[in-house]
Amino acid sequence: MRRDPMAYLWLTLGVLIFAFPIYMTLIGSTHDASTIGRGDVPLLPGPLGAENYANAWNGTGGGRIQGQPAGLMLANSLIMALCIAAGKIAISLLSAFAVVYFRFPGRMLTFWLIFVTLMLPVEVRIIPTFQVMVDLSLTNSMAGLIVPLMASATATLLFRQFFLTIPREYVEAAKVDGAGPLRFFRDVVLPLSITNIAALFVILFIYGWNQYLWPLLIINDRSLETILVGLTKMIGNGDAQNEWNIIMATAVMAMLPPVAVVVLMQRWFIKGLTETEK
Amino acid sequence: MKRRTLGLASAGLALPIAAPALAQGGPIEISFWHGLPQPLGGLLEGIANQFNESQRRFRIVSSFRGSYPETMVAAIAGFRASSAPHIVQMFEVGTGTMMSAGRAVKPLHELLAETGVTINFDDYLPAVKGYYSLSDGRMMSMPFNSSTAIMFYNKDAFRRAGLNPDQAPATWADIRAAATRLKATGHEMPFTTAWPTWCQVEQVSAIHNTPLATLDNGFGGLSAELAINNPLMLRHLNTLVEMAGENTFRWGGRDGAGDALFANGSAAMIHASSGARARFVRELPGGVANMGVAMLPYYNDVAGAPLNSIIGGASFWAMNRGPNATRSADENRGIAEFFAFLAQARVAAAWHTETGFLPVTKTAFEQVRTSGFYTQNPGADIPIQQLLRGGGQMTGNTRGIRLGGFVEIRVIMQEEMERALQGGQTPQQALTNTVTRGNVVLRNFERSNRT
Amino acid sequence: MSRPAPASHLFRGTALPWLLLLPQLVITGLFFFWPAGQAVWQSLLREDAFGLRSEFVGLENFADVLADPTWLASFGRTLLFSGSVAGLALVAALFLAVQADRNIRGASAFKTLLIWPYAVAPAVAAVLWLFMFHPHIGIFGRMLNAAGIAWDYKLNGNQAMLLVIVASAWKQVSYNFIFFLAGLQSIPKSVMEAAAIDGASPRYRFWTVVFPLLSPTAFFLLVVNLVYAFFDTFGVIHALTQGGPGKATETLIYRVYTDGVVNLNLGSSAAQSVILMVLVVGLTFVQFRYVERRVHY
Repeated sequence: MRRDPMAYLWLTLGVLIFAFPIYMTLIGSTHDASTIGRGDVPLLPGPLGAENYANAWNGTGGGRIQGQPAGLMLANSLIMALCIAAGKIAISLLSAFAVVYFRFPGRMLTFWLIFVTLMLPVEVRIIPTFQVMVDLSLTNSMAGLIVPLMASATATLLFRQFFLTIPREYVEAAKVDGAGPLRFFRDVVLPLSITNIAALFVILFIYGWNQYLWPLLIINDRSLETILVGLTKMIGNGDAQNEWNIIMATAVMAMLPPVAVVVLMQRWFIKGLTETEK
Repeated sequence: MKRRTLGLASAGLALPIAAPALAQGGPIEISFWHGLPQPLGGLLEGIANQFNESQRRFRIVSSFRGSYPETMVAAIAGFRASSAPHIVQMFEVGTGTMMSAGRAVKPLHELLAETGVTINFDDYLPAVKGYYSLSDGRMMSMPFNSSTAIMFYNKDAFRRAGLNPDQAPATWADIRAAATRLKATGHEMPFTTAWPTWCQVEQVSAIHNTPLATLDNGFGGLSAELAINNPLMLRHLNTLVEMAGENTFRWGGRDGAGDALFANGSAAMIHASSGARARFVRELPGGVANMGVAMLPYYNDVAGAPLNSIIGGASFWAMNRGPNATRSADENRGIAEFFAFLAQARVAAAWHTETGFLPVTKTAFEQVRTSGFYTQNPGADIPIQQLLRGGGQMTGNTRGIRLGGFVEIRVIMQEEMERALQGGQTPQQALTNTVTRGNVVLRNFERSNRT
Repeated sequence: MSRPAPASHLFRGTALPWLLLLPQLVITGLFFFWPAGQAVWQSLLREDAFGLRSEFVGLENFADVLADPTWLASFGRTLLFSGSVAGLALVAALFLAVQADRNIRGASAFKTLLIWPYAVAPAVAAVLWLFMFHPHIGIFGRMLNAAGIAWDYKLNGNQAMLLVIVASAWKQVSYNFIFFLAGLQSIPKSVMEAAAIDGASPRYRFWTVVFPLLSPTAFFLLVVNLVYAFFDTFGVIHALTQGGPGKATETLIYRVYTDGVVNLNLGSSAAQSVILMVLVVGLTFVQFRYVERRVHY
């Protein structure tokens, strides 16, 4: 362990700057709505923590908010986010592998076609996309929440970048061993990709977790509501007064699973690192 | 209870025909998309549940679809995919778009005529009824949550400045005098506004019987043009810019952003939505005892002023399922009965007292008054009084606004006002620019929507 | 005719790669290209919101957009905005990742704390920034005004731009941090030790040894950050300034959203998205072509 005072300084500063809004959310969730609305949120916790969290969990806001209980929404979000992350990673691994390790006509065009999907945001194509969902009977279902979001261009790009750094000798060695592409993929590429997969899992899980517009559009059935939709429902746009304390308590609850994923993945990082000494 | 009996009798008549549908099992589902976030959304859905529990034939399935613009897009996407909701809540500035929606919507008067359900619209406040009807009085959509703009002021701040806390400034001259006095005695922000275009342009025009646009503010047709480039608006914008220069007026931001400034005690006077009352009561330092409520001020040298202010809020529109799909008679019946339920005095009264929106019918208003609500909540009846200013007779300039693309026009107005307040242009230029840019929007709308 | 054998570092086969690509292509085809095609088709029409009356107008929407001086101003503004957001987010994240990669006590806690912000829901994050920087109710807003700086981003365009740049970059720093960290942590220890033995200064070592090894990650992040800045920053701007004051923070994506969702001018919104897409594809292509040359694989 080295002592590095400058590193500490910068990191502490970094944490203060970047984690401050989270701290504010935590503090805000322990006060009452009027205090926060006035802007008087102090830097120390207040007395209403237990009450706010209980209300947020039960889907009541002291009787004023009538939403779904948070437990159900969290479960929906969890399923959705896990499936999206796993699906995106699996599909992108395959696609990146194909694009990097084979030469076939239309290779680069395919890559660009995949990549171009990042450049037409969903808000623009909402109306025709909704039509497709209706035609495929995917509205109001968990499948409808997950499948359209499973093709990720960023994950494919990341894996492409990473695969390009794998030394060519590995491929040659595998060929000499008589291994086909799929064996190579399973025995060489996958183990090497662990840290990237872990990083991507964090990102994609949170991406799926934070989806707001898409679930709002296609879900009618209350029992499929996600926590983010529930949360954003409470924020509104200035016409009504906000129950800031419940909003912040719900926001904290909504943050916990992604944070848990981050902490778990941290362990994977380190574990992956010590096991694969390159 | 005449309405109720009529409804029940009609149900009795319709029953044999409807029996097969019911026999298939379960009430007929009516989907209802709205744009009210919590807690108001929850209260609205509660009312829908009350309707569900009051009868067994129909079931309203409500869902929140995001902000008003997002709900609008969802309804459009649904319509184009032939799965539009039965009922959609549309904000008042989207009325122009909905009016031109052709067969996407089922006009309310048609719905009621076909289903034989009656709702007494003469009982509705004229400003509310007028906003959502055709020029000949036929209703197009079902009013529900309506508000208007009023003035709130901080009594403590008045006291400290030596002003009478029980007497609100009634004219713009009074406002300026009060603001100057407040500033002189050390108050940092005498006057601000929320919903700047609504409060400072639309309301000001209506109150002074001045047109915002030609053809009765657009009620007369799609070829209307903006008319805010008039002496009254020039005078008013000059007033605001001068006050800003004297630091007696502070721009609170677009839309509802200004509310926060009054709620936390920074601003002494604010023009805001009547619906903000609930928030102010909760957050204002000193609570409701410190909150003064008054009607919007006017220029007392303008002939005829003050007339009624115009409403804000939203209404409910009945939609057809798709471009080539209408609703069955049963579904229409369900929609109509739900609307009739909403028109009941006790429903409207409860919505008013719980949320701060207006009681949209005179009967509801009377009910609330006789219950003593207004003695316990002083000032809660001021918005209604203001809507009845001028004797309840509206003119072409006070019925409301029926312009297509009006959301975009509001943004344009806000942008131009911001530039004027920054000192980047004169008020005259701001008005001219608004008219030029706004007319482009109107012409585009006309082009896309002419039949 | 037999196909020549592929290079030694590649595999042969044409059916297999297509099979591997199939899931992504099917999903992309169904849920992106098909609706996107319809959206692009809309750019050639003038219609009412409900699609009941439509008029084919060819490239008229495009011509109107490109001839609009406010659009051109938006374009310039967007370049400034995106460059600043990407630059700020990348530099800050790289710096912090390098610090966090050092083997110090509590490194793991720091890493977790710096990744957390990414977990905050975007809608909530935007609101929090409002709470921090509002001139009259925000902690820092009030502090700035008390310190004599006339902080009012609702009327001061430059301050508004500064605020949305910083708020947008803030959100991206955690994202970049995760990947920079992963990149740093996958550099073999042997390489780091060998460089240390050479006796060169840490800074020299970083730029000549570490950064080149990090360059594939850096390139990925550069591309992704620019795309993010062009397309995903709508939410922050909407929550903080709504494009104001007086269009000072109106970026191209904000216009696309406003015209499409709020103004329901679907033809113009679609035309603007097509133009924006072409621009960013071009920008990305340039990056792949010229910047990728310097990436060390």
